[in-house]
This record gives sequence, C-alpha cells and structure tokens, in this order.
Amino acid sequence: MHLGVSESMRECEYSQISTRSSTPMETPYKKRTSRKRKWESFPGRSKFYCDGRIMMARQTGVFCLTLVLILVTSGLFFTFDCPFLALQLTTAIPVIGGVLFLFVLGTLLRTSFSDPGVLPRATPDEAADLERQIDVANGSTGYRPPPRTKEVVINGQTVKLKYCFTCKIFRPPRASHCSLCDNCVERFDHHCPWVGNCVGRRNYRFFYMFILSLSFLTIFIFAFVITHIILRSHRNGFLNALKDSPVVVCFFSVWSIVGLSGFHTYLISSNQTTNEDIKGSWSSKRGKDNYNPYSHGNIFTNCCSALCGPLPPSLIDRRGFIQSDTLQLAPPTNGITMYGATQSQQSHMCDQDQCIQSTKFVLQAATTPLLQQQTSEPVILTTSPENGGSLPGRTSLTLAGPCTSLPLGHPASQDSLHEDSVRGLVKLSSV
Amino acid sequence: MQGFVPTATDGNMATEFHNLQELRHSASLANKIFIQRDYSEGTTCKFQTKFPSELESRIEWTLFEDTVKTLNNYYAEAEKIGGQSYLEGCLACATAYLIFLCMETRYEKVLKKIAKYIQEQNEKIYAPRGLLITDPIERGMRVIEICIYEDRGSSGSSSGSSSVSGSTAR
Repeated sequence: MHLGVSESMRECEYSQISTRSSTPMETPYKKRTSRKRKWESFPGRSKFYCDGRIMMARQTGVFCLTLVLILVTSGLFFTFDCPFLALQLTTAIPVIGGVLFLFVLGTLLRTSFSDPGVLPRATPDEAADLERQIDVANGSTGYRPPPRTKEVVINGQTVKLKYCFTCKIFRPPRASHCSLCDNCVERFDHHCPWVGNCVGRRNYRFFYMFILSLSFLTIFIFAFVITHIILRSHRNGFLNALKDSPVVVCFFSVWSIVGLSGFHTYLISSNQTTNEDIKGSWSSKRGKDNYNPYSHGNIFTNCCSALCGPLPPSLIDRRGFIQSDTLQLAPPTNGITMYGATQSQQSHMCDQDQCIQSTKFVLQAATTPLLQQQTSEPVILTTSPENGGSLPGRTSLTLAGPCTSLPLGHPASQDSLHEDSVRGLVKLSSV
Repeated sequence: MQGFVPTATDGNMATEFHNLQELRHSASLANKIFIQRDYSEGTTCKFQTKFPSELESRIEWTLFEDTVKTLNNYYAEAEKIGGQSYLEGCLACATAYLIFLCMETRYEKVLKKIAKYIQEQNEKIYAPRGLLITDPIERGMRVIEICIYEDRGSSGSSSGSSSVSGSTAR
C-alpha cells in the first residue's frame, strides 16, 4: 500500500517534468538531471582530474615530491651552473639540458596521468554467467568455494588464469589486480608511488622513457656540476667554488635511477614484467621446461614491441556519459521493485505501435557503437550503471512512450548512482 | 523532449521495422550469452569460435563463426607489430605524442571499422533472427555479448506486462 502511494507520486512528478517549465518543486530534480560522466561513478580507487582526462592513484604525495625534486634540481642547475658553463664551454650545454628536462617532464606527466590499462569490471550479467559456468564446472554445492582458476596453454606453456573477486572476471594473462588502486590492470608491471600511478600496458613505454631520460638528465647535471666546480676551483679555490655552485644532485640517487633503467632495459629485452620477474614465473629455476611464452625470441623484436608497438585505447571510457540503457535480464529471485512497476504501468499508456517503434530505436541505439558518441542518445529504458548497480533486471523491454521516456530514467538513475556513491564511500572508509 | 532520433541507415531500417512489427509487440530480452576470449595465442585479442548451444536454434553455425573470425582478424590487424606500427610509434615519440592530437592511432581506426562491421552484421543477419551483438569494446574487450530476444507471440504482450505489475501489487 505504501509502495503504491509513492509510485503514484512518482508518476505525477514524471509527467510534470516532461510537460511543464520549471516549478520550485522540481528545481532540485532539474539540477540532478544533468548528465554524469562515467568517471564519476568509477568503482576503483583511482582519482580523476580535469573532468576525467587525468587519472591517477589515490596517494599522490610522492608524485609531488618527484616533481619538486626534478624541478628544484634542474632549476638550480640552470640558474647557477649554466651561465658559467655556457660562457666557458659552449651554449649547447643548457640547450641539451633544456631538451632533456622537457622530455623528462613530458614523459613523467604522460605516465602519471594516463590510464595504465585498467580493465573495467564485469557487468552483472557477465558475472552471473561466469558464476553459472563455474558452478556447472564444479558440479558440487559444497560450502567451501573452490579456488577459481582456469588453465590455458599459451605457446606451449601452461598459464593459470585467476578469478578476480573484486572485478568478477577471469584475469587475462599478465594482468594483475592492484590493491592500491583497486583495479585489474592489463600487463601489470608494478604500482609506482613516485609516478603516482600503476605502470601497465598503456603507459609502460612512457615510464621506461621517463626513467631512461631521467638517468641521462641526472648524469648530465652531475657531470656538469662537477665540471663547474673543477673549473671554478682552478680560479678561486675549491671551497669558494663549492660556495658559488651548490652541488645538489645526490650521488646515490643517480645510481639508483641508472640501476632502475638498467633493470627495466633487461625486462623489456626479455619481455617480462616486474611482477613476473619478482615472482620468478619464467625463471629456469622453476623447471627445465619453464620459458617465457610471450617473448618473441630476439631482443630487438621484444624491445620494439614494448616501445613502438600499437598503443591500445583506454577500455574504461572515462569521459563518456552514463547511459541508463543497459538491458538487464530478470534475476531468478523476487527482485522486482517499484521501478519495474512504474515502468509497466506507464507502458499500458502507450500504443502498441509506439512500443514497437521504440524497440526498433533501442535496437538501433544499442548497436550504435561507443566510438560514435556524437550520435548516441541516452536511451532511457531501465537504469543500471555500467559498474553493476544492485538494481534488479527488468523482464520486458516495454517502454513508456517518448513523452514520458526522458523523466522515467532520471530519478531511478540518480538513486542507482547514489547507491554506488554510498557503496564507494563505504569502501573507502573501510580501507 | 523526444530523445529518439533514428540514425539513417537506408533501407535496412525498414526491413528491421517490418520484421519487428510482424511480432506485433515489443521483443523481450530472454537471455544473454557471452563469448569469452581465447588466450591460446597469448595476450592478443581473440575470441573463441566455439558455437554456443543457446544459438543452435537461432542462427547457422557458419554465419556465427564467420562473424567471430572476421572480428578476430580485425583485432589481429589492429595489434599487428610490423613496419607500419613501428613507424607510427617512432613518429609519435619524436613528436612527443602531440601528433595524436590531429591523427588517430591505427588501433582506433580499426576499432571504428569493427564498430561499423558489427552494426552491419546486426542489421543484416542478427536482428532479423532476434539477436543483437554488443561491440566488445563496450565490455572492456573481455567478451562478445549476444542478446537473445524472444518472440512472445501476438497475444502475449498484455499478459507479459501485467505479470510484472501484478507481482508488485501486493
């Protein structure tokens, strides 16, 4: 009974929004009907800036430290050492230094801000389908859930694909779940706090170029600072020289960065990830027949494929708008809510022909690809956000007519988004 | 307030409309099946060509296999490591990746081709059989999702929707 009252209230609100201009009552709803972008309801722990263009890990303090160190060191070098060296030796020194510095900054920002290759989480239907398959495969209804792994043979090596309970997918080979960002990342290398992001398939080349160019830059600065001191000490004495030219670059940081570049050069040439190397997945110590199935055989091809291979696009579509159009299957349980009821009641109001027309448009819109977003319209049907809200499915596609279709989706979608944001907050608070 | 504007796709729309209208009411989503990835050749994008049992009554095996194989070929083309991809990579690096502000990567170009192909397959082959393929890029390249629509029969519409409303009228 109580449900029925609120249903009818909702119905009134829908028709008001659709036909009339704004009234004071619907102003709060009007504000919320502005479309939200997908990054705003992203289920992982990544942070987004610039309206979804920039994606980083949650903790960015160390990244700021990296930036400050690079800027301060280079700044001091250009201010104190370059004028002397340009005059005494050649102006090529500050020019080369400048180019290196810009390259370092560019690759650092590119590594930090781009999507490392995050795999979006499974939609509820996919997850349900997988669960069904796992149950069928196991055949038992035991209380202890069996370990969920799939074995696959890649180039003669048996590789185990693990099931990710957070993302509800079987992880592709070489993918791993980053606990800091709470995402599965393709070809997961490691989570780098210095860069403030995971290093994965899409930004590994930028990371490598960053550490390589940074090692060149640090060696360059170190060498020329030493040169500067030596040249000055000829004139003024060693202590005076030190006073005029602050020696900023720490000896150890040079060697740690150079060491890291060397390590990653080895990884690239053997086509391994840091993750695999640390675990010793392909080391010969595990067995005589253990070899890396992803290696192309020679160093040159491995390097080229890692650095110059095709760059796949981001799979998570951060800046797309949330379309409440996913058609969900009816759950086997009693999951029917008042949304379903409202929808079906309104469907009685529309023509048979309009229903068919709308269905055709739905099929049309559903086949409109993601990439051609300028033509896609919000197909307001049912409401279920991409990241799998807990809304139950709808049994039918019966639509309200166009006049009431637009408002139908929004209050429900707000609730589902609200649900997700609450869930997100609970997750964050539980960390 | 009408959000629906049909995208012009020539005569196919009429055929599809005609097919759907023959059902005399809206189709209902009966089932979704997922074609999983085939990792036997590594991490390159490839989908299994195993014919799912749910589609046995709906579509011929050869048509389905043809679609999946063509998709696999497209993805292989996108991820191919060869002269052109190296050139593109080196050029991009030399221009500090600014070139992608004006140019599309090869991968994106192939993805657009795939999207067009899927739309065409849906219109010509799958929609007339009550099926709908979702582009894998919308599912994170994990699965090819195929929605199966059921024809509930000419008199089924009112009983169908009333069963939904009836169950909530408690």
